[in-house]
Amino acid sequence: MSGFMIRRLIQALLVLLTMSALVFVAVFAIGDPLALLVDPQADQHDIARVRRGLGLDQPWWVQYARFLGALVHGDLGRSFVHGEPAIRLVLERMPATLELAVAALLIALLVGVPLGLWVGLQPRSWSARLIDALSLLGFSLPTFWVGMMFIMLFGVWLGWLPTGGRGETTLWLGIPLSIGSLDGWRHLLLPALTLALFKCSLLLRLTASATREALRQDYVRFARARGLHPARIVFVHVFKNILIPIVTVSGLEFGSLIAFAVVTETVFAWPGMGKLLIEAIGQLDRPVVVAYLLVTVTLFVTINLAVDLLYALLDPRVRLRSRS
Amino acid sequence: MPRFHHALTALTLAFAAILPAHAADLRIGLAADVSSLDPHFVNIAPNIALSSHLFESLTSIDPNGKLQPGLATSWKAVDPTTWEFKLRRGVKFHDGSELTADDVIFSLDRPATLTNSPGPFTSYTKPIVAKQVVDRYTVRLKTATPYGPLPLDVNSIFIVSKKAAQNATPEDFNSGKALIGTGPFKFASFKRGEAIELVRNPQYWGEKPAWDKVTFRILTSDAPRLAALLAGDVDAIENVPTADIARLKANPKFVLAQRASWRTLFWQLDQWRDNSPYVTDKAGKPLARNPLKDVRVRQAISKAINRDALVERTLEGLAIPAGNIVSPGILGNAKALKPEAYDPEGAKKLLAAAGYPDGFALTLHGPNNRYINDEQVVQTVAQLLTRVGIQARVETLPLSAYFGKARAGDYSVALLGWGSLAGDFALRSLVGTPNPDTGWGSWNWGRYSNPKVDQLVAASLASVEPQEREKLAEQAATQALKDYAVIPLYHQYASWGLKKGIKFTPRVDEFSFAWQFKPE
Repeated sequence: MSGFMIRRLIQALLVLLTMSALVFVAVFAIGDPLALLVDPQADQHDIARVRRGLGLDQPWWVQYARFLGALVHGDLGRSFVHGEPAIRLVLERMPATLELAVAALLIALLVGVPLGLWVGLQPRSWSARLIDALSLLGFSLPTFWVGMMFIMLFGVWLGWLPTGGRGETTLWLGIPLSIGSLDGWRHLLLPALTLALFKCSLLLRLTASATREALRQDYVRFARARGLHPARIVFVHVFKNILIPIVTVSGLEFGSLIAFAVVTETVFAWPGMGKLLIEAIGQLDRPVVVAYLLVTVTLFVTINLAVDLLYALLDPRVRLRSRS
Repeated sequence: MPRFHHALTALTLAFAAILPAHAADLRIGLAADVSSLDPHFVNIAPNIALSSHLFESLTSIDPNGKLQPGLATSWKAVDPTTWEFKLRRGVKFHDGSELTADDVIFSLDRPATLTNSPGPFTSYTKPIVAKQVVDRYTVRLKTATPYGPLPLDVNSIFIVSKKAAQNATPEDFNSGKALIGTGPFKFASFKRGEAIELVRNPQYWGEKPAWDKVTFRILTSDAPRLAALLAGDVDAIENVPTADIARLKANPKFVLAQRASWRTLFWQLDQWRDNSPYVTDKAGKPLARNPLKDVRVRQAISKAINRDALVERTLEGLAIPAGNIVSPGILGNAKALKPEAYDPEGAKKLLAAAGYPDGFALTLHGPNNRYINDEQVVQTVAQLLTRVGIQARVETLPLSAYFGKARAGDYSVALLGWGSLAGDFALRSLVGTPNPDTGWGSWNWGRYSNPKVDQLVAASLASVEPQEREKLAEQAATQALKDYAVIPLYHQYASWGLKKGIKFTPRVDEFSFAWQFKPE
């Protein structure tokens, strides 16, 4: 178990290092942040002074070495554009993104799994066919389009919900969250639904096929033969077994929810990390781009680790060992 | 019946009591994020726009771009290198303390002390070589050489309270602690990337704004910004997406406000290399010389462009054809310079006279996310050039990649948009002979160089007499455009969308200030 953890940790560090180097070079290659930021009337001397001040006069490897040196001391640099520590900007925005992703995942699970179970159990009913068809639609509609349609329908046309923004937040353990107030919920609902749609369809189809699979297994037949109540068969025996793929996929998809939130956040003006990233890329604010990616990669690694541990808990056949 | 009448009156009164409070809130959707609340940290438009509500400068700019008194009631050049500013008396900062000459000197010193600023305001403070407090309400600013635009330069430097801003970090500004100005609004809250709230400053010396509370919502994407207006989540938006302007115009619940802004678009043409990287013959082989160095070729390009069609069709009417570098009404706009008439036959003749009867080939470069329909503009011009025999290819890039390459001189013909409140300023950066020691020509991508133009621009900048300066700036522009130093295309429009019932005075510099909005 500890060997497994250490191996995971080393892997994670390697990923972080590679990521940061790639991003560094990529942003360096796109263009010159000063060409965007420096006042048009600044003369060449001013520009050179600013360039030196920000360390941008050095070749990229020197800049990268300096960045790594500061990183050892926990310093990810200051944002060029905001003038504040990049990591603080990212962490400041993280609760909004995590809240959105968690809400979307919960919606996807609460809607997708029961419907999937129904489709798996009654594949031939007309309702199952309808649900199946709708899930295909959920798969194929692009997120930004769905988001815009939601905004036009519920925000502009019906006027029931706000068109964007985060609304009122309340502090929970020092973290600003939307779910503490009605206004916050009203703002969260549409972006969370938009983000959940794809995952919901995915979980629905996964649950349906896992259920169909489980129903064919011997233990279900024997349970039926023994005269167990159908509800007990489904909710105890079948459900326990289909839970394993659902947990795995949910975990993996939670990471991609955070990543996909970029689009949803842009459409709904949701002040999360993704919107920060998009703007930082547009302004070539490298410290923020690097900090965002390091934080996201760390989140991914943590989620994957959590999924592995959960997996071992759910399935006694799985043992966490380092394979040689 | 009387009872009913009473009830109605009571109800009306109750509503009357509620309505003003409600009506005096204004919510504006901004198209760009405010990156810092420190008014001296980085010189970018969204930050300046916000700071203008909290802070003021010695001079101010009216909606048409003309210089007006601000915190200084008057200014004059006491000798050719000394400007004296008389401060407005009795102006109070938000914390109740009085504005004095010390605050002014401190504010003018501060930009140079912010060493990690990526876009410092030092270009405006640099001409000042000495500052002197004459008395509590008088300051003198000395320049090394006679310098006319100083009153305009100090408009860019916000006056902060020395007491509050001394030793303040960017974090202190963003938390509001150090945000003590004299402006018509006071700071209320800042949710980064989301919203900024301001409240009316009851002690403001000037005209009191109509709004008790103003909320700026950061809505950087076009569709959500428009949706917020349509749904009534905001009362007004800036930068209405071009594609939706017609729709908004047709909707009786909304009003569109537009005006030609200071932003002029023009082509910069490589006039320094003998072999320009993107100019070849039609077979793609290098030419013996760079045709863009020949003024006849530059004129031919200008004549080949149908500006009326470009503005009407490609820009959907959101611009006016330009014959100048600065917009009409701005100092240095020479009225005699008319937009070049469309003359494809004349263009062909000029090309033949220059030794290119069969034309040649070039690539037009431009951004694709910066100006109104910028990519389509580049394509349209390419088609027009091809009609007169110049085979034009098109390459457009996102701004983040484009500007760096263009400033490094990578292109042969490149599109640039420029907003300026003074023609001599614009000419100094755009067509002045590039020189790192003087700061001239820092955006002169084509490296046009003409000593006569340099002299006229220098004389204009050195003149402390406004009328004389205006005349010299116009002469300089006329000279540079006679040489086709750059090829002006059009002055772009700026558009705002408003809920019906709100009046708005658009500004030439495209800023959306809360006090420009008034309830009808």
